[in-house]
Parts: sequence; structure tokens; C-alpha cells
Amino acid sequence: MSDDAPDAAATAAPVTMVPSHVRLTYTVTAGRHLSSYLRALADRRIVGGRCPVCTKVYLPARGACPTCGVPADQPVEVADRGTVTTFCVIRIPFEAAPFPPPYVAVAILLDGADMPIFHLVRGIAPEEARMGMRVQARWVADDQLGPTLASIRWFELSGEPDAAYETYANHL
Amino acid sequence: MRDVAIIAFAQLPAVRRDTEREEVELVQPVVTAALAQAGLDRRDVGFTISGSCDYLLGRPFSFVAALDAVAPWPPIAESHVEMDGAWALYEAWARLQCGDVDTALIYAYGKSSLGELPDVLVQQLDPYYLAPLGADAISLAALQARALLDSGRADERRLAAVAARSRRAAAANPCAQRRSRREVDELLAEPYLVAPLRKHDCPPISDGACAVVLAAGDVARRLVPRPAWIRGIDHRIEPHQLGHRDLTRSPSTAEAAARAGAGPDAAPFDLVELHAPFSHQELILRDALGLPTDDGTADGIDDGDGGDGPAINPSGGALAANPMMVAGLTRLGEAAARLMAGDGRRALAHATSGPCLQQNLVCVLETDGGAP
Ligand SMILES: [Zn+2]
Repeated sequence: MSDDAPDAAATAAPVTMVPSHVRLTYTVTAGRHLSSYLRALADRRIVGGRCPVCTKVYLPARGACPTCGVPADQPVEVADRGTVTTFCVIRIPFEAAPFPPPYVAVAILLDGADMPIFHLVRGIAPEEARMGMRVQARWVADDQLGPTLASIRWFELSGEPDAAYETYANHL
Repeated sequence: MRDVAIIAFAQLPAVRRDTEREEVELVQPVVTAALAQAGLDRRDVGFTISGSCDYLLGRPFSFVAALDAVAPWPPIAESHVEMDGAWALYEAWARLQCGDVDTALIYAYGKSSLGELPDVLVQQLDPYYLAPLGADAISLAALQARALLDSGRADERRLAAVAARSRRAAAANPCAQRRSRREVDELLAEPYLVAPLRKHDCPPISDGACAVVLAAGDVARRLVPRPAWIRGIDHRIEPHQLGHRDLTRSPSTAEAAARAGAGPDAAPFDLVELHAPFSHQELILRDALGLPTDDGTADGIDDGDGGDGPAINPSGGALAANPMMVAGLTRLGEAAARLMAGDGRRALAHATSGPCLQQNLVCVLETDGGAP
């Protein structure tokens, strides 16, 4: 090493960044329980799983009921309509947004289920959104059905009167 | 120190690619089986801890998704290590030393098949000097194997003998993945994968899960007839930078063994379960543990053809099945299960983590000798 090396090191600009690109590719396994739910959606049906111990119906079926630790896997078909248990109004645009804001995202307790699913409600003004609204699935056309929750385009008001709070109070 | 024992062990058969089960579906059956062996209800478990790695599954907080299997509602006392489950067992053992809880459940799961395992393992290296080179686990192990061969303390035939013995043992283990018997000469006729390693010197890529139950003192004695007592347990780590280590030696294993009561003057073991994912690593570990690498038979190669000394990896070891984050805890579980079944009274179990045996855990297990 030459004598002037320390000086060179002292005057060189500090290294402030090292580019280190990482790309990892995965093929995810949905698993038996989620697969049963996804396959049913391709068939225009909504199928959950009942826990054999506490009898709760989960959507999707689960590899284990978090209260009982046993698979919640007894197949139960639930309705494609239900009650909005909570909601929010999205007013901020973002890249993956399905619609231009504002629009309404909701948790829906489908009739026959004990766990709400998350989806969107269309056809109402954001200021009309409320807990207890009764809503109905609007499915995609038959040739667009697939093993995905996107088989349901959105939910719309069903025309039924709002559900009483007590009917969904234990499912919030 | 409080007496703590392994009282149950359950595992899934390791497979190359489990396309049926996601995390919770891997964990639920082994947790259920281990608790049933221990005669415990989920509600009776004092402390729960898991070992897994989100990089393997490609999603953050995958261990939280797996928690459903242990029924975490109402809330339970729970912890997690982003490491092999053997280190989760260590934390559980330390937790039981506090004295306020008597039982612990440990589980580990890994699905290496979801990603490209060599690429994933690069991410455990330092991000400046090694990771950008894409130094994959097999190439690093091959560097270590080359150093060992060059030291004159091993040759390729001895590596093949380790692999042949692993396969012979694995044939009797229904949870092992690589179970076909192969003879040493056959193995040596195979081409190199990454010289000097052949395919049989390297572990299979495996999906799997296992669970262990620990219990303290009289609770352990009440629950099972023959608890596998943890007489000593310790783990040590070496520098992250591979260039700072003598890759042909494992001083961290020797140090952990000395502190766990498996040092040079320790009483002999009936069986030993070593977590050596690569054949040459078994020889390095045996050297560090003072276990002869030569079983005293005529050919001088320990290939299970008799001789003195403890049975090494009667399960087949990590060469036969290597679910990441699981294979280390499996060594402790396999050793304990054999003692609980009456196949010996004293066992040494070892787990490793990181590239080229960077971290090592040693556990000494003993039974009181009651009827199995
Ligand atoms: Zn339940």
C-alpha cells in the first residue's frame, strides 16, 4: 500500500449507499379450508366452515377455530345477503383503489355466518352509509366467475328494512 | 435449576412440496397430537412459543396466522422466535425456570417449497459483502466441505458413509423424506452437485411441522411415566462473517456442549441426534463433541455396521428430512421420544442455525429409568 493511501481515504467522499436488490418469488398455497371457500365462489356460492365445538360458522372455513383449536371445517352454505356491521368511507385515491373516491367499504355479516366478510357497497351516497343496512351481493357474469371474492362485484341495498342492532351486536 | 422435561413430541411426515396445507393446517395436527400425548388440554398450557421464518412463507407475520392452531382466544401467554424451533424450546425452558407456570408448548413449521430456498437463504447473509454475491447455502457448505477435506480430517468416502447411514436409519422413520437405501460406492459414483458435495451430501428441501411439550418437576412425573429430563441446555453463536471463522471446526458446539454437561468428561450417551444438514457437518460436529468419527470397525467408517459408541441420528437426521425451522427441534423431539419409549437412558440432541453451522444448541436429555 502506498504512503498516501490514508490521505486518499480521508478525502474520499463517504459511501452512503450500497444498492442491494432483492427479488424473491413465491407460489402461495391457499390450503384446504380457504380453497373450499374460493372454489365455491367460482360456483356462485358462499361456503364457510362450522366449528364442531363452539358451532360458529367462519367465512372462510379455517384450519383451526381460534377459540377451540380444532378445524372449523363442517361445510355450511350461507346467504349472499346480509347485514352491514360497520363501514367506512374511502375519500383518498390510491393506486389499487377499485373506484374513484368516495366509496363505501363495509363489513357484512352474511345470513347464516358468524364472521363478517369485507366488501364494498355501491348504489348509495356515502353519507347514507350506516350500520344495520341490509345488502345483497351483485355477482359478476357467469363467464367471469372464478375462485376469488372478486366474483362478487359489490353489494347493493337489498330493499329490506335495516336490521336491529341486537341482531348483529355479538358479531362486531 | 428447576427440573424440566420433554414429555411429548409429534411431527408431520416431511414432504418435498405440500400443496394441500397452509401454515395453520400444518401446525394444528402436530399441536393436537403432542397435547394428546401429554394428556393436556390447550387451556392447561402455561406458555406457548413457536419457531418459524416469514422469509420462507413470503408473507409478514405468518406466525400470527398460525396461532389459531393453539386457540389463542381468550388470550394466552405466547412468544415467537424467527429461528428454528429448538431456540423456541430454549426460551420455553428458561420461562419454566421462573417457576410460575409448569407446562409449555413449542411448535415449529416451515414450508420451504413456496419460494426458491437457495435465494431465500441468501437473505440471512450480511447485506453488504455476501448477499450481493448470491452466495447460496449449498455453495457455502461446499466451501466448508472443501476446507474440511483439505485439512485431511475427512475424505469423500467418509461423507458418503454419513449419507448412507442416514438413509439406512431413515428407512425405519415414517416421517423421513429420503428413505431409499444407497450404498457408499453407489453414492460415490454420482456426479457432484457443487463440488465436493454430491446430492446425497446435501439436505432435501422439505415442508413440515413438529411440536414438543415441556413440563416441570412433579407435573411432568404425573403426566407421563418416563419424562425426558433436560439435564443441560446451552447455545452459542459464531461471527456472522464466514471469513472470520475456521469453517472446519465448531467451537460454538464445543462450548455449548461443555456448558450443557456434554463436555469431554461427560458420561457416555446411548444415542445422539445431530442437526447436520450436510454430511461433512456431521463430522465437524462429532469432532467438536468428542464423538468418534470412526466406529472402530474394520473399514474405519462409521456407517452403522456395528462398533462401539452411541447410535448417531437413529431418525436419519437432517439429511433425510430438513424442514427449515423444524429440523433442529425435531432432533430434540426425536431424542426425547426414544428415551421416553425406553430406547436408552441418556441422549445428546443438537440443533444448528445459520450458514455453515453458525449457531449451535446442545441439549442433554436423561430419563430416570422408569418402565417405558
Ligand atoms: Zn370453536
